[in-house]
Amino acid sequence: MGISRRQFLGWIGAASAGATAVNRAEAASNKQFGGYPDSFGILHDTTRCIGCRKCEEACNKVNKLPVPEQPFDNLSVLDESRRTRPDAYTVVNRFMKKDSQLPVFVKKQCNHCLEPACASACFVRALRKARTGAVIYDASLCVGCRYCMVACPFNIPTYEYNEPLTPRVTKCTMCHPRIEKGLLPGCVEICPKEALAFGPRERLVKIARRRIEKYPNAYIDHIYGEQEMGGTSWMTISGTPFSEIGMREDLGNQTASSFTAGPLAAVPVVVALWPVLLTGIYAISKRKDKIADEERIDAIARTVADAGEEMKVKVAEMKESMAKEKAAAINLEVKRALEDAAKEAAEAQQASEETGSETPKEED
Amino acid sequence: MPQETAHINKSIFSPFNVIAGVIIFCGLIVTILRFTGGLGAVTNLDDNNPWGIWIGFDLLCGVALAAGGYVTSAACYIFGLKRYHSAVRPAILTAFLGYALVVMALHYDVGRPWRLPYPIFLSPGTTSLLYEVGLCVFLYLTVLFIEFSPATLEWLGLKKIRNLVVRLTLVLTIFGVILSTLHQSSLGALYMIAPSKLHPLWYSSYLPVFFFVSSVFAGLSMVIFEGSLAHRHLHHKMDETHLKESEGVALGFGKAAAFVMMGYVGVKLIGIAMDNNWHYLATGWGFWFLVELIGFVVMPAFMYAVAARERNLRLVRWASALAVLGVVLNRLNISVVAFNWHLPSADRYFPSWMEIAISLFVVTLGVVIYRFVTTRMPIFYEHPDYEHK
Repeated sequence: MGISRRQFLGWIGAASAGATAVNRAEAASNKQFGGYPDSFGILHDTTRCIGCRKCEEACNKVNKLPVPEQPFDNLSVLDESRRTRPDAYTVVNRFMKKDSQLPVFVKKQCNHCLEPACASACFVRALRKARTGAVIYDASLCVGCRYCMVACPFNIPTYEYNEPLTPRVTKCTMCHPRIEKGLLPGCVEICPKEALAFGPRERLVKIARRRIEKYPNAYIDHIYGEQEMGGTSWMTISGTPFSEIGMREDLGNQTASSFTAGPLAAVPVVVALWPVLLTGIYAISKRKDKIADEERIDAIARTVADAGEEMKVKVAEMKESMAKEKAAAINLEVKRALEDAAKEAAEAQQASEETGSETPKEED
Repeated sequence: MPQETAHINKSIFSPFNVIAGVIIFCGLIVTILRFTGGLGAVTNLDDNNPWGIWIGFDLLCGVALAAGGYVTSAACYIFGLKRYHSAVRPAILTAFLGYALVVMALHYDVGRPWRLPYPIFLSPGTTSLLYEVGLCVFLYLTVLFIEFSPATLEWLGLKKIRNLVVRLTLVLTIFGVILSTLHQSSLGALYMIAPSKLHPLWYSSYLPVFFFVSSVFAGLSMVIFEGSLAHRHLHHKMDETHLKESEGVALGFGKAAAFVMMGYVGVKLIGIAMDNNWHYLATGWGFWFLVELIGFVVMPAFMYAVAARERNLRLVRWASALAVLGVVLNRLNISVVAFNWHLPSADRYFPSWMEIAISLFVVTLGVVIYRFVTTRMPIFYEHPDYEHK
């Protein structure tokens, strides 16, 4: 690999020094996270891969996975397309080039995103991006919800479906424990064709560019993983279009967390505004009821009051008319009495006139 | 109560009891298989399809169809529509049972169910929408428990606590609406992290809005649908107020649902326009999308509108059944049908019979408990000791 042990340990030191710098920078907003400075990556050059499956074997040993039914030197396994499994953190697939009999071999494993979808999706922080560049998993926290598997755009994490009580999510660890010890990842160490290169990611990008520049006919002018999903620590260069060797080209360059940032940002808005809005609606509806009640009571009172007023007028009118009637009746009586008296007087006078001669008679 | 004695004297081998018994028996067997053999022994889930109908139906549909609780209590207590008061208790009961069963069903799906409190109490992953869902469902289940408790307390005759809890009604209702807004929408937002897996017609940055708005009419429709079933089977348990108000509830909720559903169709169209996905409508996926949107949203919305105008109770009930189916279809489309649409058919997921059995088991448990509660506690009638507060 051309990397001395001294150089390697130097990188480790740089990685941890850089990490402290990141902690301070994290506080600043509106920053794009381009990965931990000097974190490691792996460059897979598919033009060099011969499909020997040695990397699979090394991975199996390093991670103490169960021995598979087919031995690793059985290359007939390559006849069918495979994906990562709980007992295989990495698999090599064979693709046939168009217009050519030459096969292309592609190694598949966790790409160790700079901002991993799985870590962003994990609701119990069982997955995280380590400063070495590895995306690592903590089985002691995992609930087994499998949202990381839903989230992963590369369909990498696998699950121990047949484990009844202690199922784990499994995937490539980029040999995080070995890196911390100053060792190379198992697959990189064993690769006989240097199809895998380990080093600081930034350096690997430069190496990849140099190879593409140097042999423009042998490579597609693209480093898969430099930008995909915001960038990955594991990158691939190829002579065949990536979509023809089982790697999606439609994933885009946005990080997975950017897709969910919007809905997460809405949470405090709802929490802050809803109580105000709902209490307001309640207050308005309550006030409406109150006003309606008051208006009703008012209307009743007014009706009652109005009724009293009317009654008084009526009583007064009645009194007046009764008084008038009474007066009229008295007048009538008086008149009648006077008339009667006048009549009587007239009658008396008449009688006295008639008996003017008679009276003396009476006096006789 | 002569009806009640008649009810008790009925044979326990009624068709309902026999069918429910068989389903529960099967469910228990699959439960044993699940917790001894793991998910692999009973489900068709695999590494490409980590979520099946236990998430798509039990969780997504369960939560959406339990939305009647917050919708009805908000209508009655916040918006002051007191004529819907008699619908609140049945709706709260359905919501409480719904959420409790959702949480129960989750125990089957997650690998280590006893760790479900971890995200809340031990190691919160606050960048995850699933964390938001978990926290809100946990809190809302607590709110629903308290909101429902007066019925139980009246049944048990614990007057003092009951009166204390009743005084919390408004606060609990507001809290419930906030939590429901958050987790109903977050269930949709769960899928926003995987734009490369969900078909573009269903994937949208509006997913949380779609889920929240559809939960409103899912809740309204569920209250109507469940009300029509309750009328058929639990009529004798309803008091005069409930019977008098129920027609108004169905027609009023139907009218409201018609409005909300047309609004939903509007947002869906804006969603397609925003991502300029019109060309997908001419494909097979587009046809299926239109079946969902026109057949199961526009149609029932139109039926609701006509029924509300003509005061047609039968039509309102049919519309509610169609709308409920539509919500189920939408949730299954997003979680199962249009998810991983790009994978070859050999790698696609279809549920095993045991997965379906567990989903049926959960629903049946809900119905049985609902019957148990409504035939004993004051749900469809006001307790004589507490009438008119």
